[in-house]
Amino acid sequence: MTDTAAPPHDLVTAVQPTTAKDKAETPFRRFVSEFLEDRVAVGALILLLAIVTLAIIAPWITPQNPYDLAQVDIMDSRRPPGTTSMEGYTFILGSDGAGRDLYSAIIYGLRISLSVGVLSGLIALAIGASVGLIAAYVGGRTETIIMRIVDLQLSLPSILVALILVAMLGKGVDKIILALVIVQWAYYARTVRGSALVERRKEYVEAATCLGLSHSRIVFRHILPNCMAPLIVVGTVQTAHAIALEATLSFLGVGLPQTEPSLGVLISNGFQYMLSGRYWISFFPGVALLLTIVAINLVGDRLRDVLNPRLKR
Amino acid sequence: MTVPTLDIVDLKTHFFTRDGVAKAVDGVSLHVMPGEILGIVGESGSGKTVTGFSIMGLVDPPGRIVSGSIKFKGEELVGAPPERWRQIRGHRIAMVFQDPMMTLNPVLKVGTQITEAILAHEKVDGGEARRRARESLVAVGIPSPDERLEAYPHQLSGGMRQRVAIAIALVNKPDLIIADEPTTALDVTIQGQILAEVQALAKRTGTALVWITHDLGVVAGLSDRIAVMYGGRVVEQGPTDDVLERPYHQYTVGLLGSLPTRNKRGERLVQIPGMAPSLLKLPVGCAFQARCPRADIACAVEPPVVRPTPSREHRCAHPHVPVMRAAE
Repeated sequence: MTDTAAPPHDLVTAVQPTTAKDKAETPFRRFVSEFLEDRVAVGALILLLAIVTLAIIAPWITPQNPYDLAQVDIMDSRRPPGTTSMEGYTFILGSDGAGRDLYSAIIYGLRISLSVGVLSGLIALAIGASVGLIAAYVGGRTETIIMRIVDLQLSLPSILVALILVAMLGKGVDKIILALVIVQWAYYARTVRGSALVERRKEYVEAATCLGLSHSRIVFRHILPNCMAPLIVVGTVQTAHAIALEATLSFLGVGLPQTEPSLGVLISNGFQYMLSGRYWISFFPGVALLLTIVAINLVGDRLRDVLNPRLKR
Repeated sequence: MTVPTLDIVDLKTHFFTRDGVAKAVDGVSLHVMPGEILGIVGESGSGKTVTGFSIMGLVDPPGRIVSGSIKFKGEELVGAPPERWRQIRGHRIAMVFQDPMMTLNPVLKVGTQITEAILAHEKVDGGEARRRARESLVAVGIPSPDERLEAYPHQLSGGMRQRVAIAIALVNKPDLIIADEPTTALDVTIQGQILAEVQALAKRTGTALVWITHDLGVVAGLSDRIAVMYGGRVVEQGPTDDVLERPYHQYTVGLLGSLPTRNKRGERLVQIPGMAPSLLKLPVGCAFQARCPRADIACAVEPPVVRPTPSREHRCAHPHVPVMRAAE
């Protein structure tokens, strides 16, 4: 062993070749190619993209703006699918009790449901992730207090809390987003704290401390990116959950107002006609809601498989 | 006389655990001059890593520096405010860790991690930071540095990653680098290359280097001086060749004797009998007495520091008398 200070080798020849197979293989590309290996997930992703596209281009593909009362004719109420409306276009999926074209209402409803779900999810993620990171990094009493609040929040059924909040706050998109953020942030906080606790003890954090980096830089630049994988998965699942929760609240009549029908409101409107054979008023919005949530969950499942380091090949 | 880069006097870092006080560092005195390489040798639990962390100001509770002084270029660091520590850390004193697989952030590009170290201490624009990052990679012998700046740690081999870690330590041109077993996790061939390069770098830049290791073979070829640690104390210190040829302390003698290369094929490997004592239950007096064939009643009191020559010191009541050769 005493010969370790052997004469310096020629540096260029001495250096080992790297294991990087291909310059173009960035982690992102690798992630994409791995994701696309699963057919069901690809199908779900295509469906989800289609749904999102439909929701975005809604005004150009629907015969009627269901929010514009001038375009809605009460004489057209409860038409079965395939009927021609007073305006001359066909009710592909029928019309509801107020005379709204269900096809248009569903597309516009998707818009509301998706934006409520995604917005509340993003806000809850930002708040929850920050709180969870701080708890894990600071530790001690701060962590205990934060995590007890999280436990308290998670021990209450989210539908109950949301119901109470919306009942107190009143109707409206902003209020329902606020309620959804309040019931959801704790999931993100718990998830991110769990992985941040593991990451915090890793040596690269110590190495970063040895570089003299500030605390906020270590937390948000070094620890947070390493906690992204579980956050993305929880984020997708929670977004689906938020959409379902909003639909539930609207179905119960405390969510969004009748003038801005989300999918939940549409289902709720048709519910009373179900037994009289006018199935389409609830059925089609229900199918749309189901497809959206299933698509998001399938994509989320695949993300979990791909992002899970333990399943890496 | 020049001011030493690092001057530690009677440093004590203790850990106050539920089971008692662990005296991980118990009265360590060391000094390193600019451009000098000091090897700290000792087995696991001898306090060498805690000494390194004490210099970085990164001793976490329940541990703390109880007493003593750490002077960095004449500035007292014990008791300095956290903000001052943060300024020095990574800028004037840098650290290289044992396992390069663990010390690089897996999700950040190599280039980002190096420039991060620069931007934490200096206000320079991105282009300048990148240029210096590239320069630093070249200095540690990494080929095609532009490509490597864009690489993620998992795309690099172990030796390459350790070079990157050293490049990060070097990028701010620190006065002192503390390397905690940085070659232990590497292949012997890579280890040799890195040692040779680090040695050349230290000489060229005038950076002082503290190389912590359990491998006497590594420091033998690398360092200018050696400090042998046992049970939280420096039991012997002096110029490398001098210590290796004429060890005073029985522990150093044992360490040298147990190097496999000193044995002949087929012979039993020599070992030091017994085990390293728990830091929680160090005996009164010399920590090595239970394993030492020369120990007697005199070892039950803490052995004072003895300086037989100006450059040598040891803490042994029964030092080996140097064998004077006829020629000397």
